[in-house]
Amino acid sequence: MFEFSFLFGQFLGGLTAAMFLFLIASGLSLIFGVLRVLNFAHGSFYMIGAYLAWQFVRSIAPTPEGFWVAALAAALAIAVLGGVLERALLRHLYSREELYQLLFTYALVLILGDMAKLAWGTQQLSVSRPPSLAGSSEVFGVTIPHYNMFIIVLGPLIAIGFWYILQRTALGRIVRAAALDRETLGALGANVGWVYTGMFMLGSFLAGLGGALVTPIKSIVPGMDVEIIVEAFIVVVIGGLGSFWGTFLGALIYGQVLSFGILIFPRFSIFAVSVLMAAILIVRPWGLLGHPLK
Amino acid sequence: MRRIPWTVVVFIAGLAVPLLGSRFYTFVASDIVIVSLFAMSLNLLLGYTGLVSFGHAAYFGIGAYTCALLMKSANAPFLPSLLGAGLMAGAFALLFGFFCVRLTRIYFAMLTLAFAQIVWAICFKWNDVTGGEQGLPNVPYPDMAWMGALPILGQFRVGDHFYLSALSIVALCFAALRRIVDSPFGRVLTVIRDNPERAQFIGVNVRAYQLAAFVLAGFFAGISGGLFGIFNRGVFPDFAFWTKSAEPLIMTILGGMGSFWGPAVGAAAFIVLNQQITSFTEYWPLTMGTVLIVLLFVFPGGIAGTLMSLVARLRLRTKAEIPSADAPELVKPNA
Repeated sequence: MFEFSFLFGQFLGGLTAAMFLFLIASGLSLIFGVLRVLNFAHGSFYMIGAYLAWQFVRSIAPTPEGFWVAALAAALAIAVLGGVLERALLRHLYSREELYQLLFTYALVLILGDMAKLAWGTQQLSVSRPPSLAGSSEVFGVTIPHYNMFIIVLGPLIAIGFWYILQRTALGRIVRAAALDRETLGALGANVGWVYTGMFMLGSFLAGLGGALVTPIKSIVPGMDVEIIVEAFIVVVIGGLGSFWGTFLGALIYGQVLSFGILIFPRFSIFAVSVLMAAILIVRPWGLLGHPLK
Repeated sequence: MRRIPWTVVVFIAGLAVPLLGSRFYTFVASDIVIVSLFAMSLNLLLGYTGLVSFGHAAYFGIGAYTCALLMKSANAPFLPSLLGAGLMAGAFALLFGFFCVRLTRIYFAMLTLAFAQIVWAICFKWNDVTGGEQGLPNVPYPDMAWMGALPILGQFRVGDHFYLSALSIVALCFAALRRIVDSPFGRVLTVIRDNPERAQFIGVNVRAYQLAAFVLAGFFAGISGGLFGIFNRGVFPDFAFWTKSAEPLIMTILGGMGSFWGPAVGAAAFIVLNQQITSFTEYWPLTMGTVLIVLLFVFPGGIAGTLMSLVARLRLRTKAEIPSADAPELVKPNA
């Protein structure tokens, strides 16, 4: 019914989208896994990361390959922003009900969204691809931009890197312990407060990095914050909140359902993803690879 | 000393708003009345049953679309359309709620949000019925010519007539909500809120009660949405978007979820604040976000909670006796 090269192109499109989603959703999932906070402001971090990347490309790194410096600087700036917010405010809400945490991160969405408008206006902004990855190659009759290939490779690399750190290092053991039992870990002498801050910064870094790296593919517009957070949210819910590989799987499923869903029901592909999420939440509320909360 | 019947006083004051003769006051008052029902309906879950729904906009949106479609496309009269809006929202709340109440805490919040996103996606994409992204503009005002024939009401504009009907309907809904929370059923809900395990031990079917509360909250949100669609002269997919679900939560926190009228007070404050702030700056979300953070950190009891604890403290100071029995209960921010 469809030619192979067409389906392959569709598959790669879905894969690229999936890897972006993974970058963003993994941060959301990490923060939920350890801090038990559903951070609505994660999408705002992503958007501000994108704006900062655009800003840095113009100001501090106007050389051809300056994009890489700008992207990294943007992601680091977001990590610092996240760290400051966690230390100054969010930390004081851990002992309160979920509602207060949800509304706090929602308040950040409102504030950061308007601050971005104040700083960068409401016009669409875009960043050009770095020259080293500006070309494209043909694979199985499908033309793929090198930049997309880079993203497709970067996603799994980050996933493996995280898996290694979390499962094979002392630091990872502390993080996993913090997710399971905060008090015992504190009693054992670990500085749990800083573990939380560190995780929040790392999650924010991933959001900022995702935002910065998406700029050569998508233009930066106000409102991208509340859109991406819903997508990232669906991804982590499908895969299992707090589960790293679950998020990876969730992103892959999301990307492909969206990409092929458009072929089958052109209008309802967003709908298909939401239904998939609801179905999974009904059958396995903790997601495909997650574990029930104690 | 007899207690002043504040609810009646406020209702009569509300009826008098069109007498001010200002289109603007009627507009703001209509907004407050309709939206406070949305916030009050959510508080049945939030304040009384202890369920954090982050998808209440779904039922508001379903009600708005149902009422608008019935009135605009099917030319149905106003009251049956509005009742249809409530029933449709209630039916969806029954369907979605059946799955939601099986989850607890943050997972409950997430599943309600997930269902709300499905509703939003349908409203946004189903062009033939919902008008898709464009929504349904030009929802007609109900035909209220009979009001014009009455002695005093005759001088008012059609917007005033709609306001008076909305006020009466919302007042009826508030009376119903009051009956619900004061009934044995309502008492069981608060038991579930305070200690679901204990409620289960004494033989309460916790999920069934939670589901019933969810359906009732959905019904009233649907009524509110139906009224809002007419007031707004159009229905749009944004009504069901996840950020809309945050609004009644903010209003409830603003007013105080520990008291029955808190969400209505919060809705009034929210809308007046919105009117005031948007008149001199477009950065309303920035202001609201800041207000929200101050509330969360400094006044977690909201306006009503803060006032009541102030009153309770004053009473304690004036009389060294035990304060009236209900005051401390209302002050409690229901942890």
